[in-house]
Amino acid sequence: MIKLINLTKYFGSLKIIEKVNYEFRDGESVAIIGPSGCGKSTLLKLLIRLEEPTSGTVVINNLDVPKLSEEGLIGLRKNVGMIFQSSALFDSLNVYENVAFALREHTDLKEREITKIVKEKLRLVDLEGTDRLMPEELSGGMQKRVSIARALAFEPKIILYDEPTTGLDPITSVNIEDLMIKLNRELKVTAIVVTHVLQTVYRVANRIVMLHEGKFIEAGTPEQTQRTSDPVIRKFITGGL
Amino acid sequence: MPYGKVAENVGNKTIEVLEEFGKVTGLGWETVKSIFRGKTNLKLTFDQMVKIGIDSLPLALVTSGFVGMVFAIQIAGEFVRFGAGKYVGGVMSIGMARELGPAITGIVVAARVAAAITAEIGTMQVKEQIDALKALGASPIRYLVVPRFISTSLMLPLLTILADIIGFGGGYLVATCLGSINPVEYMSTAQQMLKTWDVYGGILKTVIFGMIIAVIACYKGLTTKGGAKGVGEATTSSVVTTLLTLFIVNYFLSVLFFK
Repeated sequence: MIKLINLTKYFGSLKIIEKVNYEFRDGESVAIIGPSGCGKSTLLKLLIRLEEPTSGTVVINNLDVPKLSEEGLIGLRKNVGMIFQSSALFDSLNVYENVAFALREHTDLKEREITKIVKEKLRLVDLEGTDRLMPEELSGGMQKRVSIARALAFEPKIILYDEPTTGLDPITSVNIEDLMIKLNRELKVTAIVVTHVLQTVYRVANRIVMLHEGKFIEAGTPEQTQRTSDPVIRKFITGGL
Repeated sequence: MPYGKVAENVGNKTIEVLEEFGKVTGLGWETVKSIFRGKTNLKLTFDQMVKIGIDSLPLALVTSGFVGMVFAIQIAGEFVRFGAGKYVGGVMSIGMARELGPAITGIVVAARVAAAITAEIGTMQVKEQIDALKALGASPIRYLVVPRFISTSLMLPLLTILADIIGFGGGYLVATCLGSINPVEYMSTAQQMLKTWDVYGGILKTVIFGMIIAVIACYKGLTTKGGAKGVGEATTSSVVTTLLTLFIVNYFLSVLFFK
């Protein structure tokens, strides 16, 4: 369970999020929508303390995230996978090394065992046989898949997706969405998806909220969202915002 | 511009520089703490030692060789004119060991390595790879800064020892072939005048230079903002800041060690 309690974030005098209270339940897939630059990515970063809140707090599985010690934070981050908008694969490492990174960093597993896990994760994202390729040799969609495989190495219970299909062609986008649906169904993870791509939202989310002027507006299920009478959400989904 | 405005700008800039100094020092302290906590990634450190040390070798040696030759040709003529030609070797050895060797190596490595470190880490920063490192539970200090800090602190002294030898040798060639200096006198005065501390002090300076180069370059990389333009600006700022800091620190270390 993830709880946002009075969560507030300012960059200088610029308001990003203000006194947001919200609860993400275990196993659900929630999409956070909103126009570019409204603070969606910052919200994800607040969840695993890549950004510090100005005030308020985030509680994940009863852990008060801003108050965690360095060791506690590492423990939390192992249980929360994050997929970055730019994929953020390490340029100097090949696909295998990228996926194996956290395992090598945090475990004493033998290389044979690491290889087994890496191959399993690459199979899960349909990228078998790409182990030795470097990130620059991969397409945008493949990079995204590798970053998902990397985030899955520790079998996290929560996955945060930052604009997972932005900038991808329609077919690749559908493939990534299928993968997200598959992970949610098979691994029973809690997914928080930040995006402004409505097709992705409608396909992968059980519940949708909109971040508007630093506040959350509950939009409901994809069906409810499409029929909503809320003027702000209506304006966003019809392209007027 | 009114004087009040000028004073305000100078004040703001001073505060900015002091704040940055505090943050760089903080990063240095965190790096040292991380080293003592153990778990240094030896493979990454070794890779960096090759990149920083071996790859800088040709540039450092050629530069120090030619600086040694120029220094020798300048002083040989003047010393012979005043009847002190036999002291050229001694002055060359002290000059190379105390100042020229450490300074040249420091400058060459600062220009080459600081730029490379900042550009690499800065690119990682703008491509969200630093955030990805943290999200995977890894520490950017342990993974990125520590290997570079150890490598520059170890490789710079080694490069300096070689630069000292090449610079002194270059001076010997020029002084004896073109400056009418007796080769035996060149070597014997060097032996008489050069003290062990001159060599140790010079090498110790470069250990400190190495730490400064790594910490400033990594800090500039980790705080890079924006895209390609930001990386370019951070890289330029890194080289300028590192060089200025080295010159200032070199003065104080020289006073401390050799006065």
